[in-house]
Amino acid sequence: MSQPPDPRARPPAFFLERQTYRRRRLQDAARLLPVIGIFAWLVPLLWPRSGEEAPLMGSALVYVFTVWILLIVAGALLSRRLTLRDAAEAERGLE
Amino acid sequence: MSKRLLLIEDEPNIIEAISFILSRDGWQVTSHVSGRDAVDRIRREAPDVVILDVMLPGKSGYDVLQEIRNDDALSGLPVLMLTARGQDKDRELALRAGADRFMTKPFSNTEVLEAVRAMVPAA
Amino acid sequence: MISFNGLVAICLAYVVLLFAVAFTADRLARLGRGRWLRSPLVYTLSLSIYATAWTFYGAVGSAVRSGLEFVAIYLGPSIVMFGWWWLLRKLVRIGRSQRITSVADLISSRFGKSNLLAVLVTLLSVVAATPYIALQLQSVTVSFEVFGASTTAGAGAEARASNSPTAFWVALGLALFTVIFGTRNLDANERHHGVVMAIALEAVVKLFALMTVGIFVVWGLSGGVPETLARIEASELGQWQIDGGRWAGLIFLSGAAFLCLPRMFQVLVVEAADEDHLRTASWAFPAYLLAMSVFVMPIAVVGLDLLPEGSNPDLFVLTLPLSQGAEGVAVLSFLGGFSSATSMVIVAAIALSTMVSNHIVMPLWLRLTGGRASISGDVRNVVLTARRVSIVSIVLLGYVYYSVSGGGAALAAIGIISFVGVVQVLPSMIGGIFWRGATRTGAIAGLVTGSVIWLYTFFLPSIGLPIFSETLMAEGPAGLSWLRPQALFGIGGIDPMLHALLWSLSLNSLAFFGGSVLSFPSPVERLQGAQFVNIFQHSGGPRSWASGVAQTEDLLIMAQRILGPQEAIALFAREARAQGGRGDLPEPRPDFLETLERELAGSVGAATAHAMIGQIVGGTSVSVQDLMAVADESAQLMEYSARLETQSAELSRTARQLREANDKLTRLSVQKDSFLSQISHELRTPMASIRAFSEILRDSGGLSEAEQSKFASIIHDEAIRLTRLLDDILDLSVMENGRVHLNLREGRLSEVLDRAVASAAAGEGKGAMEIRRNRATEDHAITTDLDRLAQVFINLISNAQKYCEAARPRLTIRVQDLGESLAIDFIDNGHGIPREARDVIFEKFSRISDQKAGGAGLGLAICRQVLERLGGTIAYMPGEGGAAFRVMLPRGAALAAAE
Repeated sequence: MSQPPDPRARPPAFFLERQTYRRRRLQDAARLLPVIGIFAWLVPLLWPRSGEEAPLMGSALVYVFTVWILLIVAGALLSRRLTLRDAAEAERGLE
Repeated sequence: MSKRLLLIEDEPNIIEAISFILSRDGWQVTSHVSGRDAVDRIRREAPDVVILDVMLPGKSGYDVLQEIRNDDALSGLPVLMLTARGQDKDRELALRAGADRFMTKPFSNTEVLEAVRAMVPAA
Repeated sequence: MISFNGLVAICLAYVVLLFAVAFTADRLARLGRGRWLRSPLVYTLSLSIYATAWTFYGAVGSAVRSGLEFVAIYLGPSIVMFGWWWLLRKLVRIGRSQRITSVADLISSRFGKSNLLAVLVTLLSVVAATPYIALQLQSVTVSFEVFGASTTAGAGAEARASNSPTAFWVALGLALFTVIFGTRNLDANERHHGVVMAIALEAVVKLFALMTVGIFVVWGLSGGVPETLARIEASELGQWQIDGGRWAGLIFLSGAAFLCLPRMFQVLVVEAADEDHLRTASWAFPAYLLAMSVFVMPIAVVGLDLLPEGSNPDLFVLTLPLSQGAEGVAVLSFLGGFSSATSMVIVAAIALSTMVSNHIVMPLWLRLTGGRASISGDVRNVVLTARRVSIVSIVLLGYVYYSVSGGGAALAAIGIISFVGVVQVLPSMIGGIFWRGATRTGAIAGLVTGSVIWLYTFFLPSIGLPIFSETLMAEGPAGLSWLRPQALFGIGGIDPMLHALLWSLSLNSLAFFGGSVLSFPSPVERLQGAQFVNIFQHSGGPRSWASGVAQTEDLLIMAQRILGPQEAIALFAREARAQGGRGDLPEPRPDFLETLERELAGSVGAATAHAMIGQIVGGTSVSVQDLMAVADESAQLMEYSARLETQSAELSRTARQLREANDKLTRLSVQKDSFLSQISHELRTPMASIRAFSEILRDSGGLSEAEQSKFASIIHDEAIRLTRLLDDILDLSVMENGRVHLNLREGRLSEVLDRAVASAAAGEGKGAMEIRRNRATEDHAITTDLDRLAQVFINLISNAQKYCEAARPRLTIRVQDLGESLAIDFIDNGHGIPREARDVIFEKFSRISDQKAGGAGLGLAICRQVLERLGGTIAYMPGEGGAAFRVMLPRGAALAAAE
C-alpha cells in the first residue's frame, strides 16, 4: 500500500474522489477479512482424521497459527488506513 | 389609357387633395374609406398603384398590406403607405410589411406625385 | 517451598495493588485527567476477560483431552474481531447512541422496551453465568490447594478444595471489590474506569504469566522450538485427530458467545470509551489471544511427559513449574490464574447486577411502592442498593453452586455449557440489528424455545442427579424415547455439545423468525427497529460517552419539552444555585431529581414522570426521549406548515395585487407611448390637408373660383379642427388642475340630449346609427353647465358611432330617476369593451386599440373630468350586451359643493 498522493500534486476534486474510492475498497477488504478467516480455519475439516495420512499435530499447529498471524497483520494494516469517522460519512452517503 | 390608382384613406379632405393632384397628372383615382373590405376592392378594381393609409377604420393599413402581399395575384402591386404617425418604428413597420414607399403626413404634393410616378413603370 | 500463608500474603498484596490501581484510575477519571485510561490499548486489554481461568488453566487440560480443540475457542472471537466492520461497529454504535447498559437492555430496547424480554435474558444470563462463576472460584481454590499440598501435585486437590473455606473468602473478597468499584456511580452509560483499569492490569499479568510458563517450558525444559515441535509430534497428541463437527461448532460457538456473554458485552460495548478503539482492538485482541494460546500445546505435551500419570491436566500450568522447582514461575502462574478468575467474576458480577437491578429489582420496587415512588424519594439509593445486593448475591450464588456441586467436573465442560446458554440471545441480537421485521413476539418465542432446549438437553443433564435420573437420560421422559435429552427426535450419537447447540439454536432461530413474521410490532418496536437497523443514518456520527453534565443536559432537554423552555431553564438554574454550584446546570443529585420529577409529574402524571427520569438517570435507555423527539418534531412541523400556509396565502394575495398593479401600469405606459403617436396622428392629419391644399392653391394654375373657395374653406376647417384638438388637450389639463370655469344654467335634460344627438349625427354625417330614446323619462329640470354636459353626451354618442360594430348599430339612451340623482345610460348593441380594457378607458389618451380610429383618446377622460366637476360620475356598466356607460348626475344640490 502506497502513501496517499500528495493533495497539492493533483487537482483537489480528483484527489477527493480517489480518496473516497480507496476508502470504499478498504472497507470491502475489512469485510472480506473474517470470511477469509472462516475459510482458512475450516480447511482442517478436510484433513483426514487419524490413520496414517492424518497430518502431524506440529504442522497443524503451524498452519493454524500462520493463518492467525497473517490475519492479524492484514487486520493491523487495514485498521491503520480505515478510520471510522470517514467510514460513517461514506456510509451515510452510500446507503 | 390612363393609369388607375386606388386611394385607401378615411380622411375626406386628404382624399380630395390627393385625388385632385393625381387627376391633374392624368391618373384615374378612386377611393375607399375603410380597411375592412379594402383588399376586396383592390381585387375588383385591379389598380396599377395603391396609396394606403395606416390608421383605417375596421382594419389597420399594415394588415391590409399584409393581405396584399400574401395574395399571389397582388403580391407585386406597388403600394405607397401614408401615415400620420411619424415615428421611426412606423416607417420600419411599413417597410417590413412590404410597402414600396413610405410617406409621412403632412406630405408635399410634388413628392407624392413623383413617388407614384416612380412606382409605376411607364406604359 | 512457599508456604500457604506466604501465598495468601502474595495474593493480598496483589489485591491491594489492584485496589490501588482501580482507586487511582477512578480518581484520575473524576478529575478529568488520565486520558490514557481510555486508550485503545486499555480497551483491548479489557477484552481479555474473555480468557478466564477456564482458558488459563483449562486450555491445557482441553489440549490433553482433545488436541487442538482448545484453539477453536480462541478462533471464534478472533473472527468476530476481524469482522468488526460487519457487526461490532454497528453494535457499539447502537450501544452508545441508545445508551445500552447490558445485553438484556439491548434486546429489550430493540423490541419496544419490553421488560419481559429483559427479564428473560437476565434470567438466562444468570443461570448460564452461575456455574461459570463457580468455575472461577473453584480454579482459585484449587490452585491454592495445589500450593497447600504441593507434594501430591494436584491429584487430590479438588476433593479437598470444595471443603476448604478458601472459596468462600475469595468469593467474599471479589464481591467486596466489585461492590466498591462497580457501584461507585450511576452514570447512564455505566462506565467504570477503576474496574477497567484493574482488569487491564490483570490482563497483562495473566498474559505475562502464561508466556513465562510457556517460555520456561519451551526453552527451559524442551530446549527450543524445533525440539518442542518434535516432542509434540512424538507425543500421544502427535496427530490431527479432531472431530470436524466439534471444531466448526466450537469456532462458531465461541464467536457467538463472545458477542452474547454479558461480561463481554459489558467491556465490548458498554465500557467502550470510543468507537475508534475497535479499530485497534480488531487486530490487537486476536494477537492477544494468539499469545495466550501459543504455548498451550507445548505445556500440555511436556506436562504429559514429566508429570506423573493421573495428574490433573487442568492444572499443568501450575504444577509443571512447581514440579520442576521453579517456584517463582509457579507463583507467577498462580497470579495469572488468579487474575483470570477475579477479572471474570468482577466484570460478570457488574454486568449481571446491572441487568438484575435494572430489569428485575427496579421494576418490582416501582410496582411495590406504586405511585408513592416519586414521593418516597431516593431512587438513586434504591438502585445502588439493588446493584450491591445483586453483586453479592450473584457471586454468592456462584459459591453456593460450587459448594453444592462439589466441584470436580472438568473445567472446560462447564464453560461450554455456559456458552451454549448465552448464545441463545444471538438470533434476537443479530436479527434485531439487521432485520427491521424482527418483533418482540419473535424474540420471546426464540429465546424461550432456545433456553428450554438448552436447559433440557445440556444444562440439566450436566448436573445429573438428582434432577435428571439415568433412566430419563437413557429412555426419555415417561418412556418417550424421541425426547431423550441428548438424542432429540431420535437422532442420537451426536456429541452432546453439538446436539444441544444445533437443536437449541436452530429451533430458536426458527421460532424467532416465525414469531416475527406472524406477529405485528407495536409503534415503539417499529421506531426502535428502524433506529437500530439504520443506526448509521440515525446517529450523528461517532460520539463519546456523555459525562454527568451531559446527563443533566438530557434532563434539561426533556424538561424543556414538558415544562416549556423558560420554566425549565429557570428551574434548573434555581436548583443549581440551591446546590451551591456554579453555572446553570445542577448535579443530578437525588434531591434535584426528586424535585424535577415532581415538577414533571404535574404535567405528565407521576408514573410517566418517574419512567422518564428513570430512562435517563437509571440508564435503562433513552428511547422515550426519541419518542418525544419524534412527537416534538411533528408538532414543530405542523406548526411550521400552518405558518407557511398563512404566509403563502398572504404572499399570493400580495402577488396578485402586485400583478394587477403592474398590468395596469404596463397598460398605462403602453398608452402613454401610443399617445405620442396618437397625438401626432391627430395633429398631422389636419395639417396634411392644410399643407396639401395650400400647395395646390400655390402651385396649381387654372383653378376655378369655386375650387379656390372650396380649398380655402377646407384649410379653414382643418385649422379650426387643429385648434379644437389643442383646446381639448388644454381643457383636460385645466380640468385636471381644477381651474375650470363652470357656466351654470337651468335647463331640461331632454333638450341637452336633443342637442347632443343632433350634433353627433351632424359630425358623423352618415346617420347610420339608430338612436332610441324615451322622451317621457327625459323630462327633468337640471341646473348645471349645460354645454359641458352636452359635450359629455356628444362624446358618448360619437364613441358609440365610432366603435359599435353591429351590422345595424343601435344606441339606447335610458334615463332613470334615482331620487337624489339622475342616471343616464348609453347602451349600444356592439361587442362592448373587453374586461381588461375597462380599467383604462377613462384614462387620458386611452384608445382600446390601434385599429379603431377615432378621437385622440381624450374623449372619455374629458367626460370623467367634466362629470367630476359637475358633481356626477361616469362608469362602464358591464352585462348590458354592448358597450354601456352610465352617467350619474346630481339634481343640482351637489353642484354648490362642487363649485
